[in-house]
Amino acid sequence: MENVIRATGISRRFEAVQALKDISFDVGEGEIFGFIGSDGAGKTTLFRIITTLLLPDEGEMTIMGLDHRSGFRELRRNIGYMPGRFSLYQDLTVEENMNFYATVFGTTVRENYDLISGIYSHIEPFKKRLAGKLSGGMKQKLALSCALIHKPRLLVLDEPTTGVDAVSRFEFWEMLKKLMKYNITIVVSTPYMDEAMRCDRVALIQNGGILTIEKPENIRKAFSRKLFSVRAREKYRLINALRNHHGTVTAYPFGDSVHATFNEDRIDDSLYEYLSGKGISEVTISELEPGIEDRFLELMSPELIPPLKGVGGM
Amino acid sequence: MTNSTVISVKNLVKKFGSFVANDNLTFEVYEGEIFGFLGANGAGKTTALRILSGLSEPTSGEVYVAGFSAKKDPEKIKRKIGYMCQKFSLYEDLTAKENIMLFGGIYGMTKKLIKGRTEELFARLNFMEHGNRLISDLPLGLKQKLAFSVALLHEPRIVFLDEPTGGVDPVTRRDFWEMIYETAARGITLFVTTHYMDEAEYCDRVSIMSEGKIVALDTPDELKRQYNAASVEEVFVKIARPGGAHPPGPLLPEREGGAN
Repeated sequence: MENVIRATGISRRFEAVQALKDISFDVGEGEIFGFIGSDGAGKTTLFRIITTLLLPDEGEMTIMGLDHRSGFRELRRNIGYMPGRFSLYQDLTVEENMNFYATVFGTTVRENYDLISGIYSHIEPFKKRLAGKLSGGMKQKLALSCALIHKPRLLVLDEPTTGVDAVSRFEFWEMLKKLMKYNITIVVSTPYMDEAMRCDRVALIQNGGILTIEKPENIRKAFSRKLFSVRAREKYRLINALRNHHGTVTAYPFGDSVHATFNEDRIDDSLYEYLSGKGISEVTISELEPGIEDRFLELMSPELIPPLKGVGGM
Repeated sequence: MTNSTVISVKNLVKKFGSFVANDNLTFEVYEGEIFGFLGANGAGKTTALRILSGLSEPTSGEVYVAGFSAKKDPEKIKRKIGYMCQKFSLYEDLTAKENIMLFGGIYGMTKKLIKGRTEELFARLNFMEHGNRLISDLPLGLKQKLAFSVALLHEPRIVFLDEPTGGVDPVTRRDFWEMIYETAARGITLFVTTHYMDEAEYCDRVSIMSEGKIVALDTPDELKRQYNAASVEEVFVKIARPGGAHPPGPLLPEREGGAN
């Protein structure tokens, strides 16, 4: 697989803040590559470097075979960028925005209609409406249509689904999947862990550094302990009680249950008794498959990961 | 959570011209309850939230918050509630201490009281060293915790949290929810909107709005049972959009035990 992006040792500082620390990664052609991390992790800085809008202090980046410093003119013609903040002209209509972006890139909406039709058809009925008057979900679809209007080979999406409801998020990812047949490479960032499962590979990013790069399935599997789901009627008391139990390593609320790990990967016999002594009723405990968020939480507290047994581990 | 009602909404309608943003909403929220207020973008959540916090007048219907009518006494409501949202929480170009002074002053608290609460607050949040830093220099997670604490400064009966955890990492998100649990345990009501469906599971009860109407309202477990779904997310995807399948029968079960 040809590399569309090859980045080595990228660092960038803003005054006192080290936004990116020695970041290296490759993105293959046609891949959906996700950067998963919280606000302030460095995702936007990295995306601005990928889109040639910002230079790193250190490090090299080659995009579609071109150096991002010397090849920026050529690259900009082949990159579509959807910034995190809605950046279209709010005082132009939907149609005017589309025509504007098409013209800037020397093309027309007609010419690439096939590529955007799946997305644009949702907002076309509102094409006479000002962009500033659209709902959040519609703005997102318009921004994606504009980012695709010049048929880019690389699409860079900075938190396209933040602040968007669960149904619209689902639809957005369905649209991205449909772009795969045009062999467009997609780099996307999100704070939603469940969206990571929809990427071909993901990089977990935290405090300007990459924690791991893997297929989502492998990130999940790298969880270092047995994970248990603990349920009870009184959720908040359950979390506190679990944390105070001597055999507990971690206890995090996860939806309607608590995900917990225990010393030696086993449930202490005294745990049920201990919990009922704390007035916690209807306790059920079962083992479960870790998800990507479980692994992310683990990577954020490295002191809790048991040392690897044997030698020559990863 | 107790059985005493702190928010009572009956046949709330809000129109903007011919557009019906809130279409006949009826629900109650109890003291110390964590109430999840869900809906797709554009379903009418923000409109309802603005009415409940005394910022906007209902077109018709009866809305009582902390015992005061949203139509007649919105100013009194404002004194009894706290509000925090993701977009605006604190002044970025003031320090943490200055923000607390400002908001305390707005709520008419004495300097002495503000000082006492500030110390209490900083001790609880482990915040001492950050008191004199500008808000813009704080990490988002810390900002959000501080914003939540400031919303609680004047000891309101209800706090409205509008997408309080957007964009933060999974650890901070969970820390934040533990603050919510603690607050509810002190008898304060939390009225929360979120797009994270796993967070909906942490609520005592959840309502889901679609096209201006409340289409479901119950405990997370009961909703999952009713809609034969494994998670609240699944329930949401089934019904949060127009044309979704709503089950037959009453969607808003009567409260057990009748009136207070």
